[in-house]
Amino acid sequence: MHPVVPQPTPITRVTKELSDTFSIHLDVSARGFSYRPGQFNMLYLFGVGEVPISISGDREQGQELVHTIRAVGGVTRPMRTLKTGDFVGLRGPYGTYWPMEEAHGKDLLIAAGGLGLAPLRPAIVHALTHRDRYRRVIVLYGARSPDELLFLKEVERWRGRMDTEVAVTVDHAGDDWFGHVGVVTALVPRATFEAKDTVAFVCGPEVMIRFTVRELERRGVSREAIWVSMERSMKCAIGHCGHCQYGSHFVCKDGPVYRFDRLAPIFHVREV
Amino acid sequence: MEPAGQRNDTIALSRNALAGLVNAIKLDGFAVFGPTVRDGAIVYDHLDSLEDLPIGVTDKLAPGHYRLAPREDHALFGHHVGPHSLRREFLIPVATLFRARRTPQGFAQIEEPPPARKLALFGVRPCDLAAVAIQDRVLLNDAYRDTDYAARRHGVLVIAANCTQAGGTCFCASMNTGPEARAGFDLALTELDDDTIVCTIGSDVGRALVQRVEHVPASDQLLERARLLLNDAATHMGRTMDPHGLRDLLATTLEHPRWDDIASRCLGCANCTLSCPTCFCTSMEDMTSLDGTEASRLRRWDSCFTVAFSYVHGGAVRPSLKARYRQWLTHKLGSWHDQFGSSGCVGCGRCITWCPVGIDLTEEITALRQPGGS
Ligand SMILES: Cc1cc2nc3c(=O)[nH]c(=O)nc-3n(C[C@H](O)[C@H](O)[C@H](O)COP(=O)(O)OP(=O)(O)OC[C@H]3O[C@@H](n4cnc5c(N)ncnc54)[C@H](O)[C@@H]3O)c2cc1C
Ligand code: SF4
Ligand code: SF4
Ligand code: FES
Repeated sequence: MHPVVPQPTPITRVTKELSDTFSIHLDVSARGFSYRPGQFNMLYLFGVGEVPISISGDREQGQELVHTIRAVGGVTRPMRTLKTGDFVGLRGPYGTYWPMEEAHGKDLLIAAGGLGLAPLRPAIVHALTHRDRYRRVIVLYGARSPDELLFLKEVERWRGRMDTEVAVTVDHAGDDWFGHVGVVTALVPRATFEAKDTVAFVCGPEVMIRFTVRELERRGVSREAIWVSMERSMKCAIGHCGHCQYGSHFVCKDGPVYRFDRLAPIFHVREV
Repeated sequence: MEPAGQRNDTIALSRNALAGLVNAIKLDGFAVFGPTVRDGAIVYDHLDSLEDLPIGVTDKLAPGHYRLAPREDHALFGHHVGPHSLRREFLIPVATLFRARRTPQGFAQIEEPPPARKLALFGVRPCDLAAVAIQDRVLLNDAYRDTDYAARRHGVLVIAANCTQAGGTCFCASMNTGPEARAGFDLALTELDDDTIVCTIGSDVGRALVQRVEHVPASDQLLERARLLLNDAATHMGRTMDPHGLRDLLATTLEHPRWDDIASRCLGCANCTLSCPTCFCTSMEDMTSLDGTEASRLRRWDSCFTVAFSYVHGGAVRPSLKARYRQWLTHKLGSWHDQFGSSGCVGCGRCITWCPVGIDLTEEITALRQPGGS
């Protein structure tokens, strides 16, 4: 069988997250499925197309996978009509993952912008489930406006914990918003962590990554301790089609999660 | 193609015997592909007999220039490389990777037997063989294996033709891929004159094959003639390029002003990528039958020269021509080393010949080696 052949996989639940964003829960109990936080799958809509989507979580470990999708174009928009009992094609998991062990015994800082929270959620859940492995756990999350905040109930739960610092911000808000207003990078200087002993995971739009890394470096976190997740065009996810190339990297197999120092030589060059 | 270990012996054949060899291959049920004249160019296509080779024809190659011309002799292999490489045979321009029928359980794959064909390549060039090895590294010998490519590559018989003269855009000697084939063949031919061919045996299959035609061991004198011809070709390449340090050069010159200069000349037509024997970029297209009950997925050649190639929601990563040319050249000559442990260029010169404005990567490298303006 060709490695790009997708496997039909039933949808057990669809949940609406935001006006243009929804999550689909997939039943993978028939084949078993293991993944690491930060990895992605290729999701295929019969005859329409296939898109790379991060695994945003799982329930009952390896039984039910969650993907959170923003409807933006040719494939993800028609995916909005998916409902319980429908099937999507699935192949994966692909790519590198958040290196949880790197942060053991250290402060773990997680910064997410917009939909970037989706691939970070399994890392946050994992850290909070094994909370004693880390010193401080800090989650910084920003979205454009209050109605674009993802997984809000869950974020509230994390915020309610005494052992976790959670800060949420939005770029713009009306009078009914009592939280921070401003970009997520502005939260970095205010967060409590020991720079020399911190590991940071960052995911969001590329500009958000750029400025967050800058703030982290300003606080004294080294490039070797910062991990970022990159997005590029992907057709095959197996290192064959060439679309995801970024300098010498194939983002589908050497990424999407990179230690920042490995990208540093090309990160600031335009249009690489 | 089976490796023959250390036994790289050489024999001598007449042209008649070589014609017999083609017949023997055909008798074994192989479709024979090799260089032949079609529509004013020498392309790799079906050969019925030795007569289908471009006998007494050569090709004049220069930047942005390709023309056939008669030769004074009746050489079988007195030409260089045409627009087609072997990529068309293995990583075919359009392949169906997957077909499925809609079912209550979502969909079911329609299983199809892998493409089966006994293919013999006859008279293929050393640079083109080196390019096949480079594509094998990407599509067969990486973490995943392209099964369509694998099926087409399987069991291919290879009879190479060494180059006794180099073309105007050739630089295989710089890239260490020619003019003599060193690996990846069952037999390799060196044509000395209209009736004398020296043949190197590269595998047990090749050895068995030559037993079926008349031949003699190659004398020292013939071997010396072959050596001189190949040496002459190597020292008269139309182009040269020092391959050393290219990886580091290209990793450190991303902001060199030369990229703007190239962009002012390049048309973004993608001819270079489409003629290059190692370019492997493809796209995938999903579609359904008219009634929506069947779906298929096609793999199609793509090119980093198109804006859409790098498109993600929100825009292309490389909207400018400068960035797209830079992607092509830095990949081919630079980052390929990081990715696959070799250069992505075999020095075949096609990208120079088929560039409508004659952009020559060997010249661009020379320019990039000069310190950049600011
Ligand atoms: C590793 C990774 C993880 C991701 N995780 C998530 C996630 O968790 N959730 C999420 O919502 N998104 C995620 N994305 C982004 C998501 O994959 C894209 O939003 C999705 O591919 C958009 O597809 P579309 O067809 O709906 O959109 P479109 O904008 O229609 O199409 C985007 C793709 O289609 C092709 N395309 C579109 N137009 C053209 C054209 N004119 N010519 C040629 N090609 C064209 C492009 O190749 C492009 O890749 C992730 C991306 C990556 C790389
Ligand atoms: S880059 Fe040009 S010279 Fe090198 S292999 Fe490709 S087509 Fe041939
Ligand atoms: S370098 Fe030449 S062949 Fe390649 S895209 Fe530019 S104009 Fe076309
Ligand atoms: S997505 Fe095809 S090579 Fe990475």
